[in-house]
Amino acid sequence: MSVLVIKGLTVEVTTEDGPKEILRGVDLTVKAGEIHALMGPNGSGKSTLAYAIAGHPKYTITGGQVSLDGQDVLEMSVDERARAGLFLAMQYPVEVPGVSISNFLRTSITAIRGEAPNLRHWIKELKESMAGLQIDPQFAERNVNEGFSGGERKRTEILQMELINPKIAVLDETDSGLDVDALRVVSEGINRVCAKGETGVLLITHFTRILKYVKPDFVHVFYDGRIVREGGPELADDIEANGYAQYVTA
Amino acid sequence: MTEVKEREVAIVPPKDHTPVVRSLDPSDFPTPTSRDEEFRFTPMPRLHNLHQGNVVATGSMAIAVNKVAGSRFEIAGAKSTDRIGFTDKIAAGAWSQLETVSTLTIEANQNLSESVIVSIVGSGAVAFGQLDINVEKFASAVVIVDHIGAATYAGNIDINVADGGAVTVVSLQDWDASALHLAQHRITLGKDASVKHVSVTLGGDVVRILPSVHYAAPGGQAELIGLYFAGAGQHTEHRLFVDHSEANCRSNVVYKGALDGEDAHTVWVGDVLIRANAIGTDTYEINRNLVLSGGGRADSVPNLEIETGEIVGAGHASTTGRFDDEQLFYLQSRGINEEEARKLVLRGFFEDLLGQIAVPEINDRVRDSIEARLGGRI
Repeated sequence: MSVLVIKGLTVEVTTEDGPKEILRGVDLTVKAGEIHALMGPNGSGKSTLAYAIAGHPKYTITGGQVSLDGQDVLEMSVDERARAGLFLAMQYPVEVPGVSISNFLRTSITAIRGEAPNLRHWIKELKESMAGLQIDPQFAERNVNEGFSGGERKRTEILQMELINPKIAVLDETDSGLDVDALRVVSEGINRVCAKGETGVLLITHFTRILKYVKPDFVHVFYDGRIVREGGPELADDIEANGYAQYVTA
Repeated sequence: MTEVKEREVAIVPPKDHTPVVRSLDPSDFPTPTSRDEEFRFTPMPRLHNLHQGNVVATGSMAIAVNKVAGSRFEIAGAKSTDRIGFTDKIAAGAWSQLETVSTLTIEANQNLSESVIVSIVGSGAVAFGQLDINVEKFASAVVIVDHIGAATYAGNIDINVADGGAVTVVSLQDWDASALHLAQHRITLGKDASVKHVSVTLGGDVVRILPSVHYAAPGGQAELIGLYFAGAGQHTEHRLFVDHSEANCRSNVVYKGALDGEDAHTVWVGDVLIRANAIGTDTYEINRNLVLSGGGRADSVPNLEIETGEIVGAGHASTTGRFDDEQLFYLQSRGINEEEARKLVLRGFFEDLLGQIAVPEINDRVRDSIEARLGGRI
C-alpha cells in the first residue's frame, strides 16, 4: 500500500520584500485508500502545500521531508514525481496552445506507464472516462484548457486523475467554481478512483459542500502554514456550523 | 501565465498602390536604410551589402532538378529584359549580376504525377539567381524549391500560372546557420488559376522573403502558407503583398512561426489591397507566433486596405503566445519531461499547418528539422 509522508515541512516564497515563510512545519500522512480533507481559510497556505508536494519551482523547501513509499520526493524533478505516482489536480489549470487534449493525455500516459498504450484499448479507455465525467467527446480535439470554462477545466483535471490512476492525488480546490451538477459529476469521478483503493486522496478545500459527495476519512484544519486541528468527518460538520474562527484564534 | 495578445492592428494602407519604383536596374532605386518602412525590421548590417545593389558574385549555386514527365527545365536560358521589374534594389541588383535565367515549365494540360524538386545548393559563395516557374494553361503540379547549404544569396522566383492552371510551390529555406537569403517571389495568376505558395524557413542567419500575388484576370485563388522557426540570433522575415485588382478572386494567408532562444527575431508583414474594381473579393490573413523560450521577438503587422464594399469577406488576425514556466510545470506534473514538453507544444502548434501544406515529402522533413533544431538548443 502506498503512503505519502510529510514531516516538518517548511516552505518559503520569494516576494518583493524578500523571502516569506508560508509553511511552518507540516506533518501529514496519506495512505492509499484514504481520503483526507485539508480545510482552511484563504491565505492559510493550503495551495502552497499542494504545489510544494508537486515541485513547483516558485516554492523553496527550507526544511522537512516528503517521501512516497520511502523515496525522497524532494529530490525528484516535477516529472519524476508524477511518474513516481503523485498527481496534482490544479486549481487553475493553464492553457497549452497547440496541444490537443488527446495528444496531451496520450503523451502523459505514455510517460507515466513507461510505454505507449495500445491504441484501440486507449481510445476505449479515454471514451469511457470522458463519458463518466460527461465530457463531450469532441473535447479530445480541443487544445488543452484553451477556452474551457472553469467547470470544463476541473472535469478535465479529474479525467487525467482517472486515467493516470496515481498513488497519491492532491486535489487543490477542485470544487471551486463548480455549479451543483458539475460538483456532483466531478465528485463521482473522484469516488470512482477512490473506490479502487489504490489511490490516497488529499482533498484541499475551502468549503464543506464537496464533502457531502466525497466523504473524508480524516479532516485537517489548516491555518497559518500548519495543521492546527485534526479529526474525523465530524470536524467538517463543526466547521460548517461554526466556521474557522474558533481554530484561527487559538 | 500565458500572455496571448490579440492585436487589433490599425488598418494602415500601403503607402501607395504600386511601389514607387519597378525596375530591372538597381540604379533606379535609392539604397534602402532601416528608416524605410520596408526595411524597418531588417538587420541591415547583416545583409553583406546586398542592399547596395552592386555586390559581385563570387560563385554560383548548384542547381539540380528531377525529370518529371510533363515538365521541362532549362538551367541557363537567355536573359530577356521583357519582364516586369522588381520592387527593390536587392532584387534588381541580383538580376543585374546574372547572365542567365533558370526556367521550369509545366506543360499545358499536364497533371504531373510526382513533385518537381529543384534543389539549390550553396557552397559559401556570394551568388545570385532567377528562377521562373511557368505553369501553362490547365496544367497542375507540385514544385519544391529546396534551398540548402551555406550562401550569401539573392535569388528571385517568378511564378506565372496561366488560365486554369494550378500549382503548389514550396520554397524550403533549410540553410546552414551562416546563410543570408533575400528573395522576391512574384506570383501572377491568370483566369481561374490557383496557387498554393508555401514558404518554410528554418535555417540561416538572415532570411527575408517577399511573396506577392497579382491577379491578371478574374477568378484567381491564392493560398499563402508560411512556417518558420527561428533559433537564437536568427532573423526570419516574410513580407507579403496580395494585390486584389480583379473581380471574384480569393486569397487566404496563414503564417505560423516559433521562436526559441535569445535574440531570435521573426517578422511577418501582410499587406492586402482590395482595389475598387475587385468586387467579390474574399480574403483572410492570419499570423500566429509562439515564443518557446528566451528573449525572442515576433513582429506581426497585418495591413488591409479596402476600396470597395462589394466583397465577400476580408479579415485579419495576429496572435503571439508564450510557452511559459506555468505550462512547463503543468506538462511536467503529468509525467512529461522538459524536452518532450517543448516538442509537444511545438509539434502541436505546427501540425494543422503541415496538414494544410499537404506535401508528404515536406512534412516529415520539416518536423524532423524543427525538432533537431529544437533539440540542439536544449
